[in-house]
Amino acid sequence: MLYRVAGQFKTSYQADFALFPVRQDAWLLGFILVLAFVVFPLTANEFVFRALLIPVLIYSLAALGLNILTGYAGQLSLGTGAFMGVGAYACYKLMTIFPELNLFVAILMSGFVSASVGVMFGLPSLRIKGFYLAIATLAAQFFLVWLFQKWGWLYNYSASGAIQVPNISILGIDFAGPTAPAINQYFFVLVMVTLITIAAINLTRGRIGRQWKAVRDMDIAAELVGINLMKAKLLAFFVSSYIVGVAGALFVFLWRGAAEANLFDIPLSFRVLFIAIIGGLGSILGNYLGAILIVALPVIISGVPAALGLPLTPATVDHLNIMSIGALIILFLILEPHGLARFWAVAREKLIIWPFPH
Amino acid sequence: MDFLHSILIKPFVDMAAAPDFLLQVLWEGAVSGVLYSLIALGFVLIFKSSRIFNFAQGIMVVFAALTLIGFHASGVPALLAVPLTLVVMYVLAMSIERLVLRPLVNQPDIILFMATIGITLFLVGLGEIIFGGENKRMITEELGIPTGSFAFEPFGGFLLLEQKDVTAVVGAVVLVVALLVFLNKSKMGRAIRALGDDHQAALSVGISLSTIWVLVWFIAGVVALMTGIAWGARAGVSFALEVIAYKALPVLMLGGLESVSGAIIGGLAIGILEKLFEIYWGQPLLGGNTESWFAYVFALMVLLFRPQGLFGEKIIERV
Repeated sequence: MLYRVAGQFKTSYQADFALFPVRQDAWLLGFILVLAFVVFPLTANEFVFRALLIPVLIYSLAALGLNILTGYAGQLSLGTGAFMGVGAYACYKLMTIFPELNLFVAILMSGFVSASVGVMFGLPSLRIKGFYLAIATLAAQFFLVWLFQKWGWLYNYSASGAIQVPNISILGIDFAGPTAPAINQYFFVLVMVTLITIAAINLTRGRIGRQWKAVRDMDIAAELVGINLMKAKLLAFFVSSYIVGVAGALFVFLWRGAAEANLFDIPLSFRVLFIAIIGGLGSILGNYLGAILIVALPVIISGVPAALGLPLTPATVDHLNIMSIGALIILFLILEPHGLARFWAVAREKLIIWPFPH
Repeated sequence: MDFLHSILIKPFVDMAAAPDFLLQVLWEGAVSGVLYSLIALGFVLIFKSSRIFNFAQGIMVVFAALTLIGFHASGVPALLAVPLTLVVMYVLAMSIERLVLRPLVNQPDIILFMATIGITLFLVGLGEIIFGGENKRMITEELGIPTGSFAFEPFGGFLLLEQKDVTAVVGAVVLVVALLVFLNKSKMGRAIRALGDDHQAALSVGISLSTIWVLVWFIAGVVALMTGIAWGARAGVSFALEVIAYKALPVLMLGGLESVSGAIIGGLAIGILEKLFEIYWGQPLLGGNTESWFAYVFALMVLLFRPQGLFGEKIIERV
């Protein structure tokens, strides 16, 4: 009923390939954007910003980056955390060398550093495939994290080995650092995520995106129809690492405020991979759904027993959290291997043909 | 010039100057290599028979070791605790097959791989709730493993072999030989290999998929217990031990995902080389702790020349 498509006629080829072939999709997206840009900032408090909204946005951006590589181009990567680290450290160095630099520009530039590192570690993908490649990306993971620890120049030789985000303001408004209000940070992240998402949607549905999908589905066949595998795969590594690097810079500068090398260790990589898989590989929407689930889960697990009058120690909550994420992953894979995005696709299909079953 | 000298010449001069120390390093490397091989063996067995890349092998090591210690702590004699732990590992294998693998038959590889990561997380959470997260001492003496050490004096120097390491190496060799005999000679072993060669053909001659999967996961559990005892005797048992699973992955890449002998040779090669690199190049030149990545970078280099690993089956792709 809500999704009645009757009366929406396509009279040209362009209209058929529009971003929103069904008008209600555009309304729904508009509604979500209003929610994100107007309603949340008016209603949310400091805790909601810091514990839910900002991490959801940053994690979904990282998952989006990984999804482009794994879901669209079919190259399994287990090194996402390290590439987030490259973005974060690059941004930190940029801000120490050029303290006057606009933070927005610095973060966008630090993406290029992680993109070039990503391309370097993507080179083996031309020869190595499947699980062998997944293990090869672990080489990047372990090597880079070791480098973050040992290369003093990266963290300005600080005694603790950690990077601290200084106070940074743009046009007199505080965005990063210990004193910045959460609402400013939220808007900063939101604008960045929105821009990159729009770019990613258009990239994946165009010529390049279709090349990636062809490579994913069968790379030899893709090569035979004239796709340059080297270009396609390396471009996927470039774009993916760029987005992941930006997410990493946001992760440290707009959310954590400080970081040590082991923050970017393998659990972070897996966390992003879970978000991408639970959300749905090969979908943009899925990253957001997956991130909402993974970020909200610990909050729910710690909140529910307390509400029921069963006080749990923080350690138990932590363990229960790990356990239920494990169980949820298995459950989701069994119920719907294509992820949460697929649930939405099915529901939308049903809404369009409602009240008829077929 | 100095730089080249410190990379290309000085390490070898150091080696020649103290051959007894070199032998000690080689031995230490070989012992960790044997343990890497054992973990890699667990991976290979499961991969060969079901094409599942079992990420949970590392946590199975921890889980088996903790169960053993847990049984002993609750008053069960050590030698009885071992069979009891094996029973637990069998139940674990059965529940994994029943609850996770069976509903996921015929899914793409990456889905099954993710499922094993799910199993890993689940077992980490469960294990920490049951056994607690602190480091535990392995019940080495209670199991009758000698804890003394042999001392030698080669080249007028000094070489120390811990008896528990010797036991671990001997135990690993026995286990591997037993496994190879089982895989090559017994009916069940042949069924496992048949399933690895061609799923449908194996099914059509009446080999039961679920029985074999339970069996294979159980064998992986036995290997995990063995690894857990040997590694726990060296460094104690905690969830940090899980990271040795990450060490087994480059071993697999190097040896090839399908090859049992590849896992063993790859394990030894990586164990020894990473130790040599750490002592003679890593610590003096790179600030140490290179063991965390050396194995990966080395395996990556090899893969660039042989994409299927040293002993893997040649990858043939058809369109």
